Amino acid sequence: MQSTPLIVNGNAVTVTADADTPLLDILRNHLGLMGTKFGCGQEQCGCCMVLVDGRPEKSCGKALSTVAGKVITTIEGLGTQDRPHPLQQAFLDEQAGQCGYCLSGILISAKALLDRNPAPSRAEIAEALDDNICRCGSHVRILRAVEHAARLLREGGAR
Amino acid sequence: MNTPTLPPLLASNPRLDRWVGFPAPGRVTVSTGRVEIGQGVLTAMLQIAAEELDVAPEHILLQTGDTDLTPNEGYTAGSQSIQFGGVALRMACAEVRALFLDHAAASHGYSRPELAVRDGAITHRGEATGHDYWSLASAVDLRRDATGRPPTKSVHDYSVVGRNAPRVDLAAKVFGGQAFIHDMVLDGMVHARVVRQPRRGAVIASVDEAALHRAAKGPIEIVRHGDFLAILGADETVVEAVAAVAPNHVAWDGVDPINPFQEEARWLLQQPSIDRTIGPPPPSEPTPGTTRLATTYTRMHIAHASVAPSCGLAQYRGGRLTVWTHSQGVYPLRDALARTLKLDPAAISVKHVQGPGCYGHNGADDAAADAAVIAFHRPGTPVKVRWRREEEFGFEPVSPAMVVTAQAAVDAAGSPVDWTTEIWSGRHSSRPGGGGNLLAAEALPDPPPHPPAVEGGYPPGAGTRNAEPLYDFPAKRIVHHLIAETPVRTSSLRGLGATLNVFAIESFMDELAERAGRDPVACRLSVLSDARARAVVEHVARISGWQAGLPSGTGHGRGIAFARYKNMAAYAAVVAEVAVDESVRLVRVWCAADAGLVINPDGAINQLEGGIIHGASWALKEGVRLDTGGISSRDWESYPVLRFSEVPEVTVELVDPMTDRPCLGVGEAAGGPTVAAIGNAVAHALGARLRDLPLTRERVMAALLRA
Repeated sequence: MQSTPLIVNGNAVTVTADADTPLLDILRNHLGLMGTKFGCGQEQCGCCMVLVDGRPEKSCGKALSTVAGKVITTIEGLGTQDRPHPLQQAFLDEQAGQCGYCLSGILISAKALLDRNPAPSRAEIAEALDDNICRCGSHVRILRAVEHAARLLREGGAR
Repeated sequence: MNTPTLPPLLASNPRLDRWVGFPAPGRVTVSTGRVEIGQGVLTAMLQIAAEELDVAPEHILLQTGDTDLTPNEGYTAGSQSIQFGGVALRMACAEVRALFLDHAAASHGYSRPELAVRDGAITHRGEATGHDYWSLASAVDLRRDATGRPPTKSVHDYSVVGRNAPRVDLAAKVFGGQAFIHDMVLDGMVHARVVRQPRRGAVIASVDEAALHRAAKGPIEIVRHGDFLAILGADETVVEAVAAVAPNHVAWDGVDPINPFQEEARWLLQQPSIDRTIGPPPPSEPTPGTTRLATTYTRMHIAHASVAPSCGLAQYRGGRLTVWTHSQGVYPLRDALARTLKLDPAAISVKHVQGPGCYGHNGADDAAADAAVIAFHRPGTPVKVRWRREEEFGFEPVSPAMVVTAQAAVDAAGSPVDWTTEIWSGRHSSRPGGGGNLLAAEALPDPPPHPPAVEGGYPPGAGTRNAEPLYDFPAKRIVHHLIAETPVRTSSLRGLGATLNVFAIESFMDELAERAGRDPVACRLSVLSDARARAVVEHVARISGWQAGLPSGTGHGRGIAFARYKNMAAYAAVVAEVAVDESVRLVRVWCAADAGLVINPDGAINQLEGGIIHGASWALKEGVRLDTGGISSRDWESYPVLRFSEVPEVTVELVDPMTDRPCLGVGEAAGGPTVAAIGNAVAHALGARLRDLPLTRERVMAALLRA
């Protein structure tokens, strides 16, 4: 057990846990942030995607010791119902989801893409989401929603 | 006076107070036995109730899938929620509304025909009466059985049904709220993982408990009931880490190896089977002037492969067991748990909480049973079991491998005069309500008998589903061989046998068209008299810009396929466009569907789009791998699925969705036609046909070498 400082969604926190604990477990079980999901625990499905210092990372395979002091952004840090991030607004506008289990990881991957490429092509969006599995077949709506969000951001919805 | 016939689910749950309640001013509770499995049923049910009660949707609290609160509607499965559950709810709501208006007329002297409801308030000639559902609720007793006499609204009066409605459950999933059973936390909860029996009937020889404790970085407890072995602890990280290595520290006896060659389906042809013929007997001798043609198609076992593994919670307190589950059937699961734990069903509450999309009978019921067994032996402690990814892939029931032979006697013009679909398949249904089949129950002392393999009645059939083409052939029959013994546990997956049956029928239709030198669309329409079937075929041909006579073998191809799901639910026709070099790239898919009255058009389109992409994944990617130990494809690399960069453009159009015609189930309608349309497009692109699914790079290469 050791104390590890993190910055999660803008808040400085210190967690006391074994250094090997996956970041996913820290978020869900220590910090109560249930938006990031367990999908496989093998870094293969993207359900647990978070931003670590702005880069999309699968939190199930990230040991706590490797993220000490880093800036973590989860789905809860993207926006709220009152102040949705343009991506969240776009996913609601396009009704981009069915069971929705994969969505928080997909939103995080999309956020990382739009942060580095504000006007991605459809193919670039698809490539950026290839680490995320969706099984309900909501892909087409999700691709459309990311395009829609990029438009919203370019039109001044950036935050 | 004639007694109207109640819809079956209202007849079996006739009490109106089981469907609708007015608990507090401005609030309405509406109950449905249907559960949300990603298909958007909650939103559609809310629309139905809001429409018939004339209450704004935001005033309605929907209760769903709870043995304490909601009607028993069996399973949420088979594309039946709207077609059957929605119809029952609609009639119950209409009757409740009528009872309130009858009461207002009788007690307050209004003329009944001039009464109406506006967002719960009762109006007379359009003016407020000062009465509403809540002010009259104490005077109108809903503890009575439905009669089915009050009429439901006409489609012309709809203002909520038939309009696009946003999903009521989507926001929680987009903003990261608690949305799934996996996110549930109960006070004092322990986490548990099960060390699974490698095969049915395996017996624990030894457990190296010292090694398990050494592997734990915190306190754990090892519990054992017969051959049911689990690891418990307050810290999920600790429990998960021990579970990952636990199989190395447990020795089993009685683990019979399986034959890994049963991975491909043709082994089914050599197995003993339970045989049945549906339709006229086969002709004893060939009809003069006809030629007999036959072709065989196969499919491997297919996994549900839900995006996350199953989860269940349970707590046993004060003689009552409460179970939270993402099972598709809370009542059947309650009965199965009662049998497993020798409890009175009345002492068990089963409550549905949303999980990842399941598409059928995956590990959800088993995970709930795991939690229930552990909790039952630890009164007071809430127990959460979340399966491991490899556990879901390795131990969920999978959809059975199948072989289907389509055969026809064709006349001189090349048109079938006698058609047979012959099927070899394991069971497509082994849900726990039917007689056991919970992994935990099988590991306990005194396990229930292995439930016998059965094929459901036809129609709708299970392995036989959609095996009868809708085409106007003079004689059609199904020959079904049910294989009781399969190497792995099998059960229901979206579409059941329809997927391969439609693939076989629609592939063979194209093979017959090609032999006769005819266009696939024209060939189908020439033997399709059902007007609604013709309409979807013609519609999809139009929106896809279908052209007859395009050359084959160019590396670019188009294919069409059609089916009416179960021959009694929605009609769907699909055109697929592919580019094939060494592997298949899906370029574009068009679909036209007739689902009768559509409650939420965008919801139905979402389901059809999902079915198309799911079908594309089956067609191109999916097949369960086996080794001597059972299922060996236990991760997303060994069980590949369609990824974002492989998804085609998809266009879906509904034919006549605002109609007085009954609702037709749509959730499974697109899968079979999509798989078949892709198969036909690949054959067109290659100039050679692949008859074994999935259509992988290896199979494309082999076909090119043969050609």
